[in-house]
Amino acid sequence: MRTSRNSECHPLFAADSSPQSCTVTLRFEDELISVPAGTSVAAALLLKGAGNFRTTPVKSSPRAPYCMMGVCFECLVEIDGKPSRQACLTTVSDGMVVRRQQGASELSTLIEGDQNGK
Amino acid sequence: MENSTVDLAIVGAGPAGLSAAIEARRWGLSVVLLDEQAAAGGQIYRGVDAANERRRSVLGEDYAAGAALTKAFAECGAQHIASASVWNVGRDMKINYLVQGRSASLEARHILLASGAMERPFPLPGWTLPGVMGAGAAQILYKSTGALPTEPVVLAGCGPLLYLLAYQYLQAGATIKAIINTTQRSDYIRAARHLTGALRGWRDLRKGMRMLEQLRRNQVPVYAGARDLSIMGAERAESIAFNHKGKQHRIDSALVLLHQGVVPNTQFSWSLRARHAWSDTQLCWIPETDEYGQIDDSGIYIAGDSRGIVGAKASATQGRIAAVAVAATLHRIEAGDRAAREKALHADLRSQLHIRPFLEALYRPLDAHRIPQQDSVVVCRCEEVTAGQIRKYTEVGCQGPNQTKAFGRCGMGPCQGRLCGLTVTELIAQAREVSPAEVGYYNIRPPIKPITIGELAA
Amino acid sequence: MASKEEVIVVGGGVVGAAIAFGAARSGAPVILLDQGDIAHRASRGNFGLVWMQSKGDGFPRYARWCREAVDYWPGLARELLDLTGIDVDLRQNGGFWIGFSESEMRAREVMLEQLRNIGPGIPYEMLDHAELRARLPAIGPTVAGGSFCPLDGHVNPLKLLHALHAGLKVLGVEVFSSVDVVQVNHHQDRGGFQVGSKDGRSWNAPRVVLAAGLGNKDLAAQVGLHAPVAPNRGQVMITERLKPFLPYPTNKARQTAEGTVQLGYSIEDVGMDDGTTVSAIEWIAKRAVATFPILSDARLVRAWGALRVMTPDGSPIYQESSLCPGAFVATSHSGVSLAGTHAYVVGPWMAGLAAEPEDMAEFAGDRYLDPGRSFTNAH
Repeated sequence: MRTSRNSECHPLFAADSSPQSCTVTLRFEDELISVPAGTSVAAALLLKGAGNFRTTPVKSSPRAPYCMMGVCFECLVEIDGKPSRQACLTTVSDGMVVRRQQGASELSTLIEGDQNGK
Repeated sequence: MENSTVDLAIVGAGPAGLSAAIEARRWGLSVVLLDEQAAAGGQIYRGVDAANERRRSVLGEDYAAGAALTKAFAECGAQHIASASVWNVGRDMKINYLVQGRSASLEARHILLASGAMERPFPLPGWTLPGVMGAGAAQILYKSTGALPTEPVVLAGCGPLLYLLAYQYLQAGATIKAIINTTQRSDYIRAARHLTGALRGWRDLRKGMRMLEQLRRNQVPVYAGARDLSIMGAERAESIAFNHKGKQHRIDSALVLLHQGVVPNTQFSWSLRARHAWSDTQLCWIPETDEYGQIDDSGIYIAGDSRGIVGAKASATQGRIAAVAVAATLHRIEAGDRAAREKALHADLRSQLHIRPFLEALYRPLDAHRIPQQDSVVVCRCEEVTAGQIRKYTEVGCQGPNQTKAFGRCGMGPCQGRLCGLTVTELIAQAREVSPAEVGYYNIRPPIKPITIGELAA
Repeated sequence: MASKEEVIVVGGGVVGAAIAFGAARSGAPVILLDQGDIAHRASRGNFGLVWMQSKGDGFPRYARWCREAVDYWPGLARELLDLTGIDVDLRQNGGFWIGFSESEMRAREVMLEQLRNIGPGIPYEMLDHAELRARLPAIGPTVAGGSFCPLDGHVNPLKLLHALHAGLKVLGVEVFSSVDVVQVNHHQDRGGFQVGSKDGRSWNAPRVVLAAGLGNKDLAAQVGLHAPVAPNRGQVMITERLKPFLPYPTNKARQTAEGTVQLGYSIEDVGMDDGTTVSAIEWIAKRAVATFPILSDARLVRAWGALRVMTPDGSPIYQESSLCPGAFVATSHSGVSLAGTHAYVVGPWMAGLAAEPEDMAEFAGDRYLDPGRSFTNAH
């Protein structure tokens, strides 16, 4: 579900050198993006102009990375179905699916008939 | 490694941790070093091993020198557990950590905490908007990916890193739109009192002057002595306003890099219930340790910026000092060797600390930028609690940071007080008209880094 | 009744604050002495349950006391909201106890059946796994079943404390913070008490209520009362905010109004140590995942320990001193569940503005001195 708070924008950052031979392709929301292997998810999203990474649980305020070192907890996104992952501490991998976190963490919804948990 | 006891477990792969590991290995200690990042180097030498020629050149020789440190570490025979999120360090000498989603633990005879520093929070109006980041954060982004701002960038605040980043950006070919410098004339006057110390640290001073000269040559607009900063924007940063020489200014920018110094990462030391003293010169909490960095008689040491901001070189020396002390406790170093080594290290440390009082005086963050006066400024970012709300709590009897949790969830979000703690302490101190020391700090509890219920239960 | 005598309440936790509130709203002049930010604050460790099912097993007077307490809660919540604007997030639509084995379930049923007819009645239902899952879809496959009581619920204990203090302010109660009371002297000749703090301050009043938690042991003895309270550690943990999935509280897991899930708890005899242990929080996590597997991906942000104020039988002590009339002791580790009773019954009684409730002698601290009785505080 898209709201005006989630629109992408012109990237604030761009890589200084030409892309390395080793790139990784991941999905962010509806888009496929490619970045060099070893890039953090936060850096990848910033390079691709993600705008905000999440909206807060309290007032749905738009937030994006602040510290890039794992202390501010602003870069929380959903990665491969798991909520509240710190994007700046997670390295991209091929096929990774990243989504913005809208409000509070959403736990995996119950699958009908399947009560086996994890 | 999990079931046997190691001589020394180190948390943090910055200069302090790496140097401690190298020194401890020199004396034959078994060493395990855990760090959150995939590669060693901490924040200051972030990405140094993977950096190409161009990046190393831009970041400068101090940065490039980090590669020698990471190389020496890689070869010293310490076990490096990378991408490890340490969530608990106990006085029972056990460390709990997460690697690849699995919880593990280890036991050590001695522990060294070297978790370094983080950028001081900069609670301005609009500081929570997307597009507002720390200058250090932008530097990390460059170090790890070579990413540069796409538009002319605005840097605001004070502190050596602000100028360092501007200088590095110029080397890399980026454009600086403006530097909004909050250092006031009175700061220069106050700093001048420590000039002797600064001159003894003349190499650092010279470096700083060279950077400033480069900025001048590139005609980077610098607004010196700026005040009353505030960032505007609806859904993201759009502009920054400030007062300069009595005049109101506004500069448009979608990216605003803020910096007003760094402060120690004290989550571990608080969780261990170490005593902390409030430093009026550093404006932060300093864990109490002996001269080797040991907390009480715990066998747990702290070295580097997490024990008080001292810079990379002094952090490395402190790491070595702690390692020698641990080696001595374990009878791996003879008295004569110990005395000689400590003499040399303490001499190094003294000379590396000469510049500190000068820098602390010169780059003292403005009161108004540490203790927001406008009620609407968000102090607790996680729970969106404002300065005005916290001031109201004190009016109805809130005495300290722990009580703010009862009044309004301040400090209860994922960051557990890292970005709001110092502000809350000083805000309450100001409102109550007492010292920050009297107000105290949040009770910090594990997990120091988030861990899922499933990871804990496994 | 007697004229409105001034009352000093020692202790500003959830017990003291509720009693002070009740006394003040009945018209008594009240002074509250509180330790402040550094206090052990058992209130901070309270799980937040407004709970009555299974309380008072073997102690019918206490069971009746707890039963009546849940009826006072809606009124208290409403009054605090009206008076202070603070919503304590009371949800009182029933609560579940979760059982993991058939033997646990049977023992539970026996106990609840014995309590069924206490006071106005304590309704309950035993639910097998399928019945429980129909009410709580997130329940895990290894859960045997549970019991449900429609009268139970939960509240935010920190907000309750905040609201009570705000209410005290509105009612004009003088609250002194950072006060460490060390002495209570009874004026033998003219009656009344002098209460002295560690830093040399003192207050005088005809009546004093000791609600100082663990501090009650020493203070009670000074006025001829026996209050053998001892610390009992409970470790609790809390997750980040989650989208709502659990509409009812359970005895060891509840989702708060903010969306965080609180998980508990340990019961440990470790003296004054309110630290956390990895073994306890691992156990709590295992139990949480067994109860609600969906919690596996929820991130824990904090674990903490708090010291319950525990009596030998786990039940409260309410008593007026016969040696020093006008001095009272009040202690309970269920300060949240009993908040309404403390406000509407205990406060006015101890302020001398209402009659002593029926059979209060059963709650006298002297009961622990009876050599013929033995006690356990298992709960």
